[in-house]
Amino acid sequence: MQLAKVIGNVVVTRKDDNLHGIKLMVLQPLAPDGRAVGRTLVAVDAAGAGVGETVFFVRGKEASFPFHPTEVPTDAGIVGIVDEIDLG
Amino acid sequence: MILARIVGTVVATRKDPRLVSNKLLVARPMDPHGKAEGNYLVAVDTVDAGVGETVLIVSGSSARMAAGMKDCPIDAAIVGIVDHVEVAAGD
Repeated sequence: MQLAKVIGNVVVTRKDDNLHGIKLMVLQPLAPDGRAVGRTLVAVDAAGAGVGETVFFVRGKEASFPFHPTEVPTDAGIVGIVDEIDLG
Repeated sequence: MILARIVGTVVATRKDPRLVSNKLLVARPMDPHGKAEGNYLVAVDTVDAGVGETVLIVSGSSARMAAGMKDCPIDAAIVGIVDHVEVAAGD
């Protein structure tokens, strides 16, 4: 899983039937110190995240597991909202 | 998933039988502000997208979860046509 900041959302009217009712968020992956690293991506939201929050997300087919048994066609999904990160 | 703009179509007569009657489009990935980034890719269209439209593309084995793509040899599928992208100020 990876850390990311939610920087926006995507409005999609015409879409796969199994994506209906699911929020699509724009993520910027982060390093643990908060620096932006890598390309932005779009992820489904399984954690009720909002713009501005730091989250962690899963990549690959596993991103659809929170919506089981519906087979949501996604390769990235937010699965948790980060309260704080302690790097010791 | 990634945002991309459709820039063309692919015509392929000889192909895997499970790809017959699927529309193949050429897409250019882009960032949320519309700036092109990365390499072009070919994706199967499942939502009737057209050239010039901004779409949502699912990659990897998840692409097979798009409608009608079960067990098809694909790694990219267009699963949505984007109306607009809202990005927080400063990001």
